[in-house]
Amino acid sequence: MEYIIIIIGAIFVNNIVLNQFLGICPFIGVSKKIPTAIGMSGAVLFVLTLAVIVTWLIQNYVLNPFGIQFLQTIFFILVIASLVQMVEIILKKVSPSLFQALGIFLPLITTNCAVLGVAILTIQKDFNLMEGVVYAMSNAIGFGLALVLFSGIREYLDLMEVPKGMRGVPIALVSAGILALAFMGFANLV
Amino acid sequence: MAKKESSFVNMVLTLFIVTAIAALALGGVYNITKEPIALAKRLKIERAIGEVLPEFDSIIETKVLPKGGRDSLTFYNATNQGEEVGTAIRTYTDEGFSGRFWIMVGFVDGDVISGTSVLEHKETPGLGDKMDKKKADWSDQFKNVNLTEFKLKVTKDGGDVDAITAATISSRAFCDATQRAYDELKKQEK
Amino acid sequence: MNQITNFTKGFIKDNPVFVLLLGLCPTLGVTTTAINGIGMGLATTFVLVMSNLVVSLIKNAVPDKVRIPAFIVIIASFVTIVELTMQAFTPALFEALGLFIPLIVVNCIVLGRAEAFASKNNVGSSIIDGLGMGLGFAFALGLLGAVREILGSGAILGFKFIEGDGMLVFVLAPGAFIVLGYLIAIMNKFKKA
Repeated sequence: MEYIIIIIGAIFVNNIVLNQFLGICPFIGVSKKIPTAIGMSGAVLFVLTLAVIVTWLIQNYVLNPFGIQFLQTIFFILVIASLVQMVEIILKKVSPSLFQALGIFLPLITTNCAVLGVAILTIQKDFNLMEGVVYAMSNAIGFGLALVLFSGIREYLDLMEVPKGMRGVPIALVSAGILALAFMGFANLV
Repeated sequence: MAKKESSFVNMVLTLFIVTAIAALALGGVYNITKEPIALAKRLKIERAIGEVLPEFDSIIETKVLPKGGRDSLTFYNATNQGEEVGTAIRTYTDEGFSGRFWIMVGFVDGDVISGTSVLEHKETPGLGDKMDKKKADWSDQFKNVNLTEFKLKVTKDGGDVDAITAATISSRAFCDATQRAYDELKKQEK
Repeated sequence: MNQITNFTKGFIKDNPVFVLLLGLCPTLGVTTTAINGIGMGLATTFVLVMSNLVVSLIKNAVPDKVRIPAFIVIIASFVTIVELTMQAFTPALFEALGLFIPLIVVNCIVLGRAEAFASKNNVGSSIIDGLGMGLGFAFALGLLGAVREILGSGAILGFKFIEGDGMLVFVLAPGAFIVLGYLIAIMNKFKKA
């Protein structure tokens, strides 16, 4: 039952992009077409879940026991950067087709604040490993949901008559705002 | 500009040196800031207690985990010149509109609330956040209330608490947190 | 380019937020008040200047393949220094900015400038570039924060000038997106003029 609350909370109520403001750069940069959006979301799901597992282990077996919590930022970002490198290498060997599909997105995920953000949040919320994994996957799904919805809107916007000054990013942002407004309707679900 | 070649030795050496210097620098800054950070944290707690209890000059802190509770409450027994002043309790509720929030409740003479103060919350601005003294006087109704007579529920639920207009959930949650503190206080007295 | 252009480009022409569209996460996340925006901008400026300085100093000693990890360690160290310092000496601002302080390390502006500028230019220029970009960032955040604070809370820099609440949507998530969208549109007009 607890898990349902985590899942619904992360996907709808506290949507990582529309409510917590994490992952905005790829949100604006990669959301022009729906297939790219799906590709990015897949990559994020993969990396985020792995990252949360590893960072959780590091927090509980290295940082806490040695009292070096202040090194959390450094450890976490190095883990994430290395993880992304490793995933790239492994993917290239194991599944070249998947690598082709996700390829360009992987390096971008290192600087995706969503990954570092969720890793830190998992620790702050005091989840155990299983809850952390569920939380990570739910956030990635929420990210994907927001991204796909948004790219759908943007594909539509491209066909519309937009005032010259607002074309491109400005109107996209205002639409994102309205999308965020819609998501606020989920506020009392959990 | 000639760059160093990427031989294995060079790479390892460079990373090692960079990391070593970083670690030293951080260790140093950590040591310098350790005291001020602890002091800042202590001051924050003392200020919060000061908002809910009459004048005091010393505090004894204990943590209490309620039965079946998800997190512990912190008890602050305050004395002034050796005389007991009252107990401030850092308590929480999970029933908030936006999840868990923490409040500080001060008890004097065993059953009387001397004051309340909201510590951290994510309730809706303009609605639930009216439980914060900085936003509205709503929480004043809890002052000097004797819990042996006062029913800690909103009027809708048959109690004596005036709920915030359009923010019944936050109001209920506030009562829940206060009740939790009071229940544990009574348990400790036995 | 001369140093004056180097410094001022961060404010309008190459403003990290309004033009380059970098560092948007903290831009939307902390700008509920002008002070929070400016505070975050200054913290980021510190990291930007220091990391640009160090990266520029050691650019010739770092083998190409370990460039990025080395830069990350350097940037993360300065971010941690900022974290600890703010926690010790500006606890209120530290709590207001919350999660976004450690997130400075993945602020695309910082790694971006290290990679694009500091690793290819001398120390002096790199410092000025960091300062210009950082202050431009602070300016953008301060502006966004001010608009949201005025419209959403009826206050500026903490001083309320109306009774009660403003148009609350502006201090919530949707407002952040919408105001930023309009600000970028206005900035675009400004640049062209």
